[in-house]
Amino acid sequence: MTVTAEQPADSKVGDVVFEARGLVKLYGHVTALDGCDLELRAGEVLAVIGDNGAGKSTLIKALSGAVVPDRGELLLDGTPVRLHTPLDARRYGIETVYQDLALAPALDIASNLYLGREIRRRGVAGWLRMLDKRAMRRQALRHMSELKIGLRSMTNAVEDLSGGQRQGVAVARAAAFARRLVIMDEPTAALGVRESGQVLDLIRRIRDRGLPVILVSHNMPHVFEVSDRIHVQRLGRRVALVRPQDHTMSDVVAIMTGAMPGTEQAAPADRPPEPAPDHTE
Amino acid sequence: MMEPSVVGAEAEPRTGAGPLLRQALGLSTLGPLAALVLAGLFFSIQSDRFLTGGNLSLIVQQVMVVGTLAIGQTLVILTAGIDLSNGAVMALGNIVMTRLAVASGLNVYLAIALGLLTCAGFGVLNGGLVTGLRLPPFIVTLGTLSIAFALTHIYSNEQTVTGLPSQLTYLGKTFALGQTDITYGSVLMVALFGLTWYVLSQTAAGRHLYAVGNHPEAARLTGIRTRRVLLGTYTVAGLIYGLAALLLVSRTGVGDPNAGQTDNLDSITAVVLGGTSLFGGRGSVIGTLLGALIVGVIRNGLQLIGTKSIYQTLITGILVIVAVSVDQLARRRQR
Amino acid sequence: MSELAKPAHLRRRSAGTDGAPPGATRTTRTTDPGAGRRPDRSPRRRAGGMAALAIPVVLALTLAACGSSDSGSGSGNGSSGGDITVGLITKTETNPFFVKMKEGAEKEAQAKGVKLMTAAGKFDGDNASQVTAIENMVVAGVKGILITPSDTKAIIPAIQKARDKGVLVIALDTPTDPQSAVDALFATNNFTAGELIGKYAKAVEGSKAVKIATLDLAPGITVGVLRHNGFLSGYGLAAVDNTASDQVTAPSVVCSQDTQGDQAKGQTAMENCLQKDPGINLVYTINEPAALGAYTALKAAGKEKDVLIVSVDGGCTGTKAVQDGKIAATSQQYPLKMAERGVDAVVDYAKTGNKVSGYTDTGVTLIAAKPASGVDSKDVAFGLANCWG
Repeated sequence: MTVTAEQPADSKVGDVVFEARGLVKLYGHVTALDGCDLELRAGEVLAVIGDNGAGKSTLIKALSGAVVPDRGELLLDGTPVRLHTPLDARRYGIETVYQDLALAPALDIASNLYLGREIRRRGVAGWLRMLDKRAMRRQALRHMSELKIGLRSMTNAVEDLSGGQRQGVAVARAAAFARRLVIMDEPTAALGVRESGQVLDLIRRIRDRGLPVILVSHNMPHVFEVSDRIHVQRLGRRVALVRPQDHTMSDVVAIMTGAMPGTEQAAPADRPPEPAPDHTE
Repeated sequence: MMEPSVVGAEAEPRTGAGPLLRQALGLSTLGPLAALVLAGLFFSIQSDRFLTGGNLSLIVQQVMVVGTLAIGQTLVILTAGIDLSNGAVMALGNIVMTRLAVASGLNVYLAIALGLLTCAGFGVLNGGLVTGLRLPPFIVTLGTLSIAFALTHIYSNEQTVTGLPSQLTYLGKTFALGQTDITYGSVLMVALFGLTWYVLSQTAAGRHLYAVGNHPEAARLTGIRTRRVLLGTYTVAGLIYGLAALLLVSRTGVGDPNAGQTDNLDSITAVVLGGTSLFGGRGSVIGTLLGALIVGVIRNGLQLIGTKSIYQTLITGILVIVAVSVDQLARRRQR
Repeated sequence: MSELAKPAHLRRRSAGTDGAPPGATRTTRTTDPGAGRRPDRSPRRRAGGMAALAIPVVLALTLAACGSSDSGSGSGNGSSGGDITVGLITKTETNPFFVKMKEGAEKEAQAKGVKLMTAAGKFDGDNASQVTAIENMVVAGVKGILITPSDTKAIIPAIQKARDKGVLVIALDTPTDPQSAVDALFATNNFTAGELIGKYAKAVEGSKAVKIATLDLAPGITVGVLRHNGFLSGYGLAAVDNTASDQVTAPSVVCSQDTQGDQAKGQTAMENCLQKDPGINLVYTINEPAALGAYTALKAAGKEKDVLIVSVDGGCTGTKAVQDGKIAATSQQYPLKMAERGVDAVVDYAKTGNKVSGYTDTGVTLIAAKPASGVDSKDVAFGLANCWG
C-alpha cells in the first residue's frame, strides 16, 4: 500500500508507466530485495535514493534486465513483462544509462550512439553490409541538437570529450532509442558543478519530451533539484514515496537512514528477521 | 528564455572514392606511410636496382606470407588479444595440404580445403579457450603454438614434401604488368587486405570488433555478443593463416615443416609498425600492410646494399620500439 | 515563470546566446559542458607522430649504412674484378663454423678484389630466409652464390631459379638433395670423417666389448646420417657406405639421441643415455659442442675417465678439448677452405665463364692426442694450427 501525496495542479504526471511489485532477490543468505515495489508515472522524474546496502543497484538491475528477481513482477503500462537480459529491456523500450556510461572510448560519438544498432545502407551496398555512416552521423547530430547538447562533430572520439560531454553522449543514446522510459544510474556522480547542472537540464528535457526517467542518485541537492517524486529505498524495500516539495532534505535523508520512519507499511510480523543493515548488495 | 541552440552543422563529407580513400589512409596510417616512403627513397638512392619493377615485385612476394599472417594477427590484436601460434598453425596447414596431395594422393582441391580447415580449426580452438575458459590469449596461443608445431613435425616426419601438383603452386605463377612480373599470390594478399579493410571499417561486424577490443563491457551492455565476436575473430584469423599456408607453398614450391617458426613475431612487428595498439580497439589493417612493407623494404634494401643481415634484425627492433613510443607519447600528450 | 524568478537551484544555467542572464558564467551557446576544452589537436598530433616516426627511421637507416657494409668491397683494391659480386648464404650467423666460413670468404674476396654479400637464416632449418636471400642476391647481380642449405630439399626451387638466370650456385659443407641441383659441392666427406674416428675408436678399444652411445644431429639431415654411418662402418659394426640415406644401427649401440649439435642438448642426451645404460663406454658425437656436453654429463656421473668420446669438426675449442683429454679424437674439417675455393670458383666463372662442377673434397684429418696403431692421425699441435673458430 503506497502513500502518494496530492499532485499539484500544474504537474504533468500521469498514468503509471512502469511498476514493480514485490520484487525479491536473494544472493545466498543475503537479501538484496525484500518485497520491493516501485512506481513510475508518465511525465515524471522519479529519483531512487538509498544508503549503501539498501538494494538500490539490485533494484535498478532488475528494472533494466541485468538481473532476474526471484519473486515479484514487473508491469509495463499495466502488462506484466519478463526481463531476462538487458536486451529484453531494450526491446521493451527501456534504455539504461549505466554509471560507467558503457561507451567505447576509441570510437567516435556517432559510432557509440549506434553501437549494436547500426544503420545499414540500402540497396546493393546494403547487401554488402555497408554501414550508412552519413545517416548515423546526421541522426546523431539531430539527437544532440534536440537535447541541446552542444557537440558539433560526431566524428570526435569519445575519449577526447570531457566527462560531462561523455555523459551527454550516453544520455543522448538512451533518449534516442528509449520508447517507454530511461533509467539513469548516478549520472552526476563524476561531474563538476557546472556539468552536473547541464546534465540535470538534459534530464528535464528528456522528461519534457515524454520519456519518464528513473534517476538513481546519492546527491541530495541534485535529487531535490530535478525530481518530481522520490523513492526511498531501505533494507531492500521502498519505505517512502514522497514529493521533494513536501519534505526537507534532512527529513528525507533521515527516512533513508532509518532515523525517521517511512511512509510505507512496515514488514509483517511473521516475516523472518531481517539481516543486519550492513550487508552489501 | 531558452534560446534554441545553434548546433553548428558540419559540412557533410561527400560520398564516393575520396572519403573512402581518406578513410582507408586514415590519419593513423600516415606515420607508417611516411616511414615507408622515406625508407624507399633512401634505398633507391643507395642502389639503382632498388626501384626496378622486378625488385619491387620481389619485395611484395617476400612480404606475401608474413603480410597475410599479419592480417589475422591484426584482427586478433584489435580485440586486445594476441596470437603467438599463427606461424606454427600456418606450418601445420602447409604440411597438411602438401602431404595429403602428394603422399595420400587426395584430390588437390580437397587437400587444400582440409589444410584450410585445419588452420581454421586451430582458430576455433584458440577462440574457444579464450572465450570459454576466459584464459588470456597470450597463454592460450603459447600453448597452441607448441601443439601445432609438434603436430607438424609428427605428421611430416621431418620430411620436406616435394613433387607438388601444379595446382598447389598456382598462386606462384606470374603475369606481366607492363615490364614487371606479378604473382597471383601477391594479388590475393592485396585482395585479402582490401576485404579485411572493408569489413573492419564499413560493416557493423567490424565496428563490433573494435568495440569489443576497446571496451568489452561497454560492448556487452549495448547488446553485442562479445563471446561470439571473439570466437569469430579467432576462427577467421585461423582461416587466414590457412591462406598464408597456401601462399607459402606457392612461393617455396615445397611443404616445409620448419616454416614459419619466427613468423609469429614478424607478424606482430608488422601490426605494431602499422600503428595498431596492442591494447586493442585501435588501428587499421592498412597500417599493417604498410608495416609489413616497411619490414620488407628494409630487409630487401639492406641486403641490396650489402649490409650484414644481423643489422636488419637490429633495425627492425629499433623501429618497433620507436613506433610504439611515438604512438604512446602522442596519445599521452593529447590528454 | 521567468528564469530569474525561480529559486537559484532550479534556474537553468547557460540559458541563452549573447544575451546572457546577468551573473551567468561564461556561456556557450548551448548546454555544452566543457565546450571550451574540446581538443582540436588531433590532426596536429598525428602530423607530429608522423614526423617523429620518420626521423628515427632515417637515423636508423643511416646508421645501418655507415656502420655495417661488408668488407671486401674492393675499396682501394681497384684491380681487376671490380664489379664482381659473390654471395654467401649460411645456415645461421652464430655457429662458429659458419662464422669461420664467412671470414674465409671475406678474406678471399678481398684478396681477389671482389665484393662479398652475405646472408643467413635465423635458425638451423630456416629455409624461408635462405630463399629470400637467394632472390635478393640475384637481383643485386651476384655472379655466384655459395650456400650451406638449411633444408636440403626445400631450397631446390630457389636455387633452380637462380641458376636459370645464369648465377653459379655452389653448395658448401652440406649437399643438396639431390646433389645435382647445384653446380658444384665443396664439402668434407662426412662419411670419411665418421669412418676415421670409427677406426680410431676400434684401434683403441680392440676386442673389448663396447657399449656405444651415438649423439646424433636431427632426423633426416644428411650430414648427421653420413657421419653416424661412417663411424659404425669404420668401427666395423655395420656394412654400410655413403649412399645410405638413413642412419643404421648395431647391437652394440645401446642408445641414440638427437642433439641438434647443441652443447646443452648433448648433455641432456648423455644423461638420458646413462640412465638407460650406465655401462656405456664409447660415445660418438656429431660435433664438438655435443661432445663437450656429453663430457659434462659424464663428469657429473664420475665416469669421464672410463668413457671414450670421439667427435667431428676440428674447431679450435674442440681441438683444445682433445688436448685436455676430454675428447679422445676428432675429425677436423676445413670450412675456410670451402669458402676460399668457393669464392675462387665464382671469380673464375665470372671472368672466364668456366663452371666448376661435381664434388670437391675439401679434406678431413684425424686429430688425436694419443695415436692408435694402424690409424693415421695428426697430433694436437697440428690440429691447433689448423683449427677454425
